[in-house]
Amino acid sequence: MSTDEGGMMLSQEETREIVSEIRHALNKGSVAIEALKVIQKYRGWVPDDAIEEVAGLLDMTPAELDSRATFYSLIFRQPVGKHVILICDSVSCWLMGYEDIKKHLIERLGIGMGETTGDGKFTLLPAACLGACDEAPAMMLNETLYTNLTPSRVDEILAKY
Amino acid sequence: MIKEKPLTNNIRPGKPPLNVREYEMAGGYQGLRKAISSYEPEEITDLVVRSNLLGRGGGGFSAGRKWSLIPMGEKAPRTKYVIANTDEMEPGSFKDRYLIEGDPHQLVEGMIISGYAIQAEIGYIFLRKDYGRVAEKLQVAITEAYENHYLGRNIMGSGFNFKLSIHISAGRYICGEDTALLDALEGGRGIPRAKPPHTTTVGLWGKPTVVNNAETVCNIPHIVDKGVEWYRSLSHTDEGGTKIYGISGKVNRPGAWELPMGTTMREILEEHAGGMKQGFRFRGALPGGASSHFVTEEHLDTRMDFASMEKAGSRLGTGTIVLLDDSKCPVGMVLNLQQFFCRESCGWCTPCREGLPWIVRTLEAVEQGRGTREDIAMLQSHTSLLGTGNTFCALAPGAMFSLQSALSLFREDFEQHVDLERCPWKT
Repeated sequence: MSTDEGGMMLSQEETREIVSEIRHALNKGSVAIEALKVIQKYRGWVPDDAIEEVAGLLDMTPAELDSRATFYSLIFRQPVGKHVILICDSVSCWLMGYEDIKKHLIERLGIGMGETTGDGKFTLLPAACLGACDEAPAMMLNETLYTNLTPSRVDEILAKY
Repeated sequence: MIKEKPLTNNIRPGKPPLNVREYEMAGGYQGLRKAISSYEPEEITDLVVRSNLLGRGGGGFSAGRKWSLIPMGEKAPRTKYVIANTDEMEPGSFKDRYLIEGDPHQLVEGMIISGYAIQAEIGYIFLRKDYGRVAEKLQVAITEAYENHYLGRNIMGSGFNFKLSIHISAGRYICGEDTALLDALEGGRGIPRAKPPHTTTVGLWGKPTVVNNAETVCNIPHIVDKGVEWYRSLSHTDEGGTKIYGISGKVNRPGAWELPMGTTMREILEEHAGGMKQGFRFRGALPGGASSHFVTEEHLDTRMDFASMEKAGSRLGTGTIVLLDDSKCPVGMVLNLQQFFCRESCGWCTPCREGLPWIVRTLEAVEQGRGTREDIAMLQSHTSLLGTGNTFCALAPGAMFSLQSALSLFREDFEQHVDLERCPWKT
């Protein structure tokens, strides 16, 4: 499932940062998640080629590294948009009407959950409780937490990106 | 009587947290100073045992007793580790974020004293990725603590060496389980380990490890600084200290408050949260996050401590109340809870991996009016099939608490969905 973004060798920065993680670790395997985070920091997601190359650096098989990568919900094994929206779908947000927010986002962006807009700008993903239950409903957009959401507030937020 | 609030004294909502100097001025690092200058490590553990500080992550196990299981002395295996669990992903829980964002030095000081008590060399604060704002503030505090010789080599001239760093995780609720957390720290898939051995003897990298919830750790400096008697006097009950309680749902002022351990749900709801929002009626509540049993009005005056909540047929859990009002469907709420647990199951053991999706599909059918009475009986049987003793870890049994209690307390609502062939809350 090679894609346009794939087929890249690890960049110098990526290799340097991963090797530095290895140097500070008890063993190579322990930096698996950190190494994947390095790739994701530069590319937004983790393509197959990177899995193979990083596995080589960590002395593990690509399958083993991939089994770790796919376990974690915040390691992306498919391309994501420039901005990732994590919408909290846990119980407090449910009680406070997150379903209206989700519906509004889906209509507004024209995509379903787990999808990316055609212009590559936004990806919409579900998230476990974001720990903002007293200000529900909540979502994260990249690193920023937004709370007390209403459909019109969502529009204001999206306009900023 | 003025109620003391040691954990939240320094928290100034809307303002940045205290820096190291301000924290010291407010009495900060006095607990550490006292621990190192006046007590042997084992004496600290003894203080914590006698304080009856019970694990604030929801387990309710005595923090001091956990520490006392760590091998001590020169022959003890090394390296030893102490970990603050700040994976906070229990739906409905937002107390650790509030505490650490508001006063990061308090957690750092608690970690250093914990490390000293068990003679650990290394500490980690295990933080979920979505808590970026918390990570920034914590990192500033850790850097300041190093600069002021509260961390590093020969801390305050004591000969005690301790390194502390933040580990930022990459998602998944199960990583908040003590042993899955260790897997995540080791760079693997977060899958719970068989117990025994417990982490206190075979933990991170196979070495003795204490894993404590972040709120638990924040209590430690105050116990050492002000003493066991004072600490126990903060509580309404036998269980020591104050507790960060919270409420979310349709109340006038959702939020979190530090109150004496054993405060009743009625006091939290009516005095602190300002009661129900106009037009909404209380139907029930999960007292401590998604992994607790529903309680109803008859338990509003039950003391919210571990023992009393258990006696009432529920759990204190994280102490953050999730409130169900009459505008929301109880079956829908349980479905939402089960969808969460189903998605977050690590898939390791069969009852959890296969049973939770089955429960979700059946609940969906009932909620959408396609269910039968047999489906309700099937759901009932799953509450024991996925219950304690039948699964590898506590995730699925925790999921069953809300289902089992809802089937008993809101039985009529389930049956109404079947009889009407639709959700009564949907027009």
